Parts: sequence; structure tokens; C-alpha cells
Amino acid sequence: MSNMVELSIAKAINAGIRKAMQENDKVLVFGEDVARLGGVFRVTEGLLDEFGEKRIFNSPIAESGIVGTAIGLAMRGFRPIAEIQFDGFIYPAFDQIVSQLAKLTNRSEGFLQMPVVIRVPYGGGIGAVEHHSESPEAYFAHTAGLRVISPSNANDAYWMIQQAIKSPDPVMFFEPKRRYWQKGQVDLDQAPIDMHSAVTLRAGSDVTIATYGPMVVTALQAAEIAAQEGINIEVIDIRSMSPIDFGHIAESVKKTGRLIVTHEAGTFVSISSEIAARIAELCFYYLEAPVIRVGGFDVPYPAAKLEELYLPDADRLMEAVDRVLAY
Amino acid sequence: MTSPDSEIPMVQLLTLDGEFSAAREYAEYAELIRELREADFLKFYRDMARIRRFDNEATALQRQGQMGLWVPAVGQEAAQIGSGYGVGPNDHIFPSYREHGVAITHGVDLMSIVKMYRGANHGGWNPHETRFHLYAIVLGTQALHATGYAMGLNFEGRVGTGDPENDLAVITYFGDGATAEGDISEAFLFAATHNTPQVFFCQNNQWAISSPVGTQTKVPLYKRGEGFGVPGIRVDGNDVLACYAVTKKHMDDARGGKGPTLIEALTYRIGAHTTSDDPSKYRDSAEVEYWKARDPLIRFEKFLRNQGVGQDFFDEVEAAGDQLATEVREATFAMADPELEMMFDHVYSEPHPLIEEQKAWLQGYEESLGGHTPETPGDDSVSYGGTR
Repeated sequence: MSNMVELSIAKAINAGIRKAMQENDKVLVFGEDVARLGGVFRVTEGLLDEFGEKRIFNSPIAESGIVGTAIGLAMRGFRPIAEIQFDGFIYPAFDQIVSQLAKLTNRSEGFLQMPVVIRVPYGGGIGAVEHHSESPEAYFAHTAGLRVISPSNANDAYWMIQQAIKSPDPVMFFEPKRRYWQKGQVDLDQAPIDMHSAVTLRAGSDVTIATYGPMVVTALQAAEIAAQEGINIEVIDIRSMSPIDFGHIAESVKKTGRLIVTHEAGTFVSISSEIAARIAELCFYYLEAPVIRVGGFDVPYPAAKLEELYLPDADRLMEAVDRVLAY
Repeated sequence: MTSPDSEIPMVQLLTLDGEFSAAREYAEYAELIRELREADFLKFYRDMARIRRFDNEATALQRQGQMGLWVPAVGQEAAQIGSGYGVGPNDHIFPSYREHGVAITHGVDLMSIVKMYRGANHGGWNPHETRFHLYAIVLGTQALHATGYAMGLNFEGRVGTGDPENDLAVITYFGDGATAEGDISEAFLFAATHNTPQVFFCQNNQWAISSPVGTQTKVPLYKRGEGFGVPGIRVDGNDVLACYAVTKKHMDDARGGKGPTLIEALTYRIGAHTTSDDPSKYRDSAEVEYWKARDPLIRFEKFLRNQGVGQDFFDEVEAAGDQLATEVREATFAMADPELEMMFDHVYSEPHPLIEEQKAWLQGYEESLGGHTPETPGDDSVSYGGTR
């Protein structure tokens, strides 16, 4: 019965936005180069022809202005989708996101809702110049008032963008840019689960790997390698960095007794720090080994010729698997 | 003693002696005053006096430990009341944090401002109802919200139809200090490129805490928008009629689809930046005295007396001020502190498990200690630097 199509993650986000714009004429798209060009990654390609320049338009190159005007539009009753062109360009908008967008519902004691989605292509692995490969999600997960999510596959991309647009709260939507062209089956009729639920993508009994976004594929590769060595790895896509579905991770760890958390961002004061601390509380009597974190290093994102050394890969995950199994 | 560029022409409709007098080039503004009736003039004065009295009472309450901080607007009453009444009743206002006078022109309950500066909440009035949005403490941020709102009015076709029931505009308030913030420049740019129905109202009170206006700008502030495509005009910010007329004209134009305007109201912050500030450390008392002689209330009182308004009216206004002060004082002393749940409620519109968990934990913890009893802060409440 299901209506399945094969789409890349980029096309799936495009289809999700298109559906949301068709369903609700208050949904607007704007940002740098999103209109005629369709964005530098072509995620919004074709929307201008269908919806016209009152629904999708290019903004000046002014990130604080993009987010600040998105807030004003939300106050007027619109549901803006603002694109930040690259992860490393989000910082000029930091005040408008952290001090305004995130806090206005609380400041107004609920009189104002902020149904704003900020789309951010993030992460490395594309050989880019500086400021085009960063993973700033922890800044925003640390900020009360924001919801922070990231899809890892086309089906989630299609549904999570629509769920984000429907949310009455601001959603930071992190798009794994090196996986934009990764294709997958999309069920156009049936949403999988809500955008803040974790999902187990591969069942296993020996070690749990929890991750999100671009690293999900890497974790699945590691699990495949481990299986050849007789090690059963359970892979969890947490999908949401605020809130985090700790219950789902804890259930898995109670079974495996071992947890590795991985992401591209540096591990110091990161999403994995939080998961390690929480799982230590929730699963203290079940853990057979300390929670191991595998991430980028705590250095500025390196020049492209070094990024293979920076980014965690399946081998680095296997090294961690060996370590947790040694306890 | 005045600002270095005080020779720049500005719209003035009242002489210092309270005579109505308009230069020929300001005839269109003067025309808007001729449409007013005595009741309007009395309302302007009543509200200027009311907000002055309220302001002084709020400062006293802060000194007695009843508020964490107060941000006086003394000296800026003409700029605020005049411009506030130049805004249409359905237009939206995006203030900074000193716009108590503008607030009363749109029916905001003054106690909600007291509540915020007392430290009982962060604002909390309903901007949909008052059309007066929440105070913005990070300078300049509200200008972008105003511009986004005005862009929305364009998209909805609420501009330039000529139907007074349909057309709307937006005004945003900020000070001379805020003009240095990038958000103000970005707001000019978005406003100009979208031709938004919008007025930028800059109250140049000449001091950003201890920094004189020359720290923020090399050009007169009314020119700050020109490079972005937002034309500007300077008005005498201590002349309530000029502030009314200039605001009304440019809000009407904005509603009619003529795009954004920057208004610089040249005024003076007679009081401290906040109750935590000590202006005697950085400015001459002679300068303050010069501006006190240009007090907007005195000038408008002269105008009203010239118009034949009798002493009875001024007595009535003074009595009303005393009554307001008493009411504000009593309501402040009676104001309950918030319940602990307020810290957690409305962080999100839909439940967030971390917030729910922490709220439940604190409730349980307080319960174990015998329950949380909201208290009234005493004189020992901590003083802090507060807003810029």
C-alpha cells in the first residue's frame, strides 16, 4: 500500500519542504541564493517556479538579518524556513538564535510561538575550504528553547523537515552535507516516528554505537566489519540532539553493557559528553566498560588534505570497539 | 554644550516659549497639528506628566529595594508620547527597554513594566493584544523583528491599498547607542530592499551609558539609513507636537506603501542610564542644566497656557499623578513573587522531556524541604549593572 520512491537526502528535503509549502501558505523559504539557484546544494531547487517570490526569496548576505527577520515573520504568523548557507556562517546569527529565537516564547510567557526552522548544511568530508565543514550542533543543543535534529537518511529527511516545520518551537535542522547525494527509499504516505525519537538501525548484543547525521553510515559500516569478526554491534541513530532520547539508548546499553558515541564534532563538551554522563547515571549497574567517545579532535576543523585524519571512520570505531570489549 | 551637530536643521513646531511656529519647509507637518483638537493636546500633556510621575516613583521604589533595576526615561517624554500617538491604533511597535511613554499610548499596563524590572518576569505582556512588543535588552535586535514583521505585512497585502481598515505599518524604537549594532544596519538593508511599511525611530538621548553620541557615529544619525536606501529626518525630540506630526506623517506614508523612514529625535537623557549608573562621573552638570531648561513638559505647558488652558487642568494632572504614584507603590508592594514553575513553563510550546524532568525534580526537592514559598525581595537584593 505504501507509496515508496527513491530519493537522495537533498531531494527528500526538497520534497518535504514542497509538501509543507503546498499544505500551508504561511510556510516561507529564504536565505542566501535559495531562490533561482536553489541554494548552493540545490536543496530548494524548483520551489521558486512553483511558489513564486513571495514564498521563496533570496536574502541579503546577512545571517543575523536572516534569523532576525524570520523571528518577525513568525510573530506575524508565518512559518519561515531560513537557510544558513554553511555551518561556519551561522555565527553572525548566534545572538538572534540564542538570545532571541530561543527565548521569546519564554520571555513572553507563551504569548509568542516561534515556529521557525533553521536549515544548516553541516559537517565535513567534502574537501571544502575553511568554515565549510563544521559541526556546531552542541552550541544549539546547549541552548534552552531550541530543538535540534539531524536526519541520516532520505526517509527521515523527508519526514523530519515536515515535522520541524509543523513544530511550534524553533528547530535547528542540521543536514549532513556529505550525505546529500545518498539515496534511499522514501515512504511518501507514512511518517516513521516523531522527530525526537531515537531509532535502532541494526540490532546487536555486544556493543551499542549511538550516533546521528553523517556518522550513521560510518557506524553501520563498522558494524558490518565487526560482524565478520563475530562481534554484534547495535547501531542507534539518535536523530535528535535536543531533546535526546536517553531512554532508547539506555534500553540498548542495558542489553549490551557497552556504549560508544560518535560524531564529527570534537568530543570536548559535546553531544557525546552529555550522552556519556547520562548513560553513566541511567545504566551504572549495567555498564561493563566506560562509555567511549569517538569524534573529531578538539582543534579547528583542519585543511581539506587533513580531514581524513580528523573525521572518525569505521577503523577508528573498530579501535574503540576493541577497547570497550577489553574490559 | 549641545551635540556638536546641533546646527543641523530639524523639524520643530514649538518654540522654547511654547509658541506654535512652523518653518515653511515643515508645512506638511504643521498641517497635521492643525487637525488636532484641544482634547488631543490635553491628552499629550496628561500622558507626559503621568509617565514622568511614574518614572520618578519607579526610581524611588528601586531605591527602596522594591525593584532590581529601573531605567528612567526622564527628559524623553515628548519623543515617546508624541511619536506613540503618531502610530496608528492597529500598527505594531517594537520597543527597546526605555519606552515606558510609548507603552502607555498603546494601553500597556505600567505594572507589567514594573513587574519586569522588579525581576518577577522577563516582560510577559501579550504583544498580540497590545501590539506593543516585549522590551528588547540586547540592543538593536528588535529592529530586525520589526522588519520581519513588516515584510510579512507586505506579503499579506496589508500595505498601500488605501483602505484604512486594511493597511498597517510598524515602528521600531532604539537609541543612539544601538545604531552602532550591526542588527540596525541589517534592518535598514532588509527594510529598504523589501520596501517595508516601517519607521525606524531613533531617540538620540546623546548618551549610551557613559559614551557620548560621538562614540557611535561620525555622521548625524538621521543620515545613517541613507546608504541603505532609508531616508532620514531629524526632529526636535523635546517638542511633542513635532514628534507626533513627523511620526504620523511617516507612518501614514509607510502604510501607504512609500517604504521605510528613519526618524532621529534629538533629545536628552536627563537622568541616569539606569539606577545602577552614576552620570556625575562622566558628564558636566552644566550640560544637564542646559537640557533641563529645555524640559519637554515645561515647553508644552507653556503652549497649553498660551492656548488658554487654566490652572485647574494642571492641578488635576498633578492630583492624578499623585494618585497613580500611590497605586503603583501599593501594587508593587503587593506583587507576589512567581511560583517556581514559571522558570520551566513556556521554555518550549510543546513539552520537552529535560525541562519536565528538571521541573519535577525541583518541585520534589522543594517539597522535601517543606515547600517553596515565594518571597518579597528586601533591601538586600543584589544590585547589578543591567542594560546598556
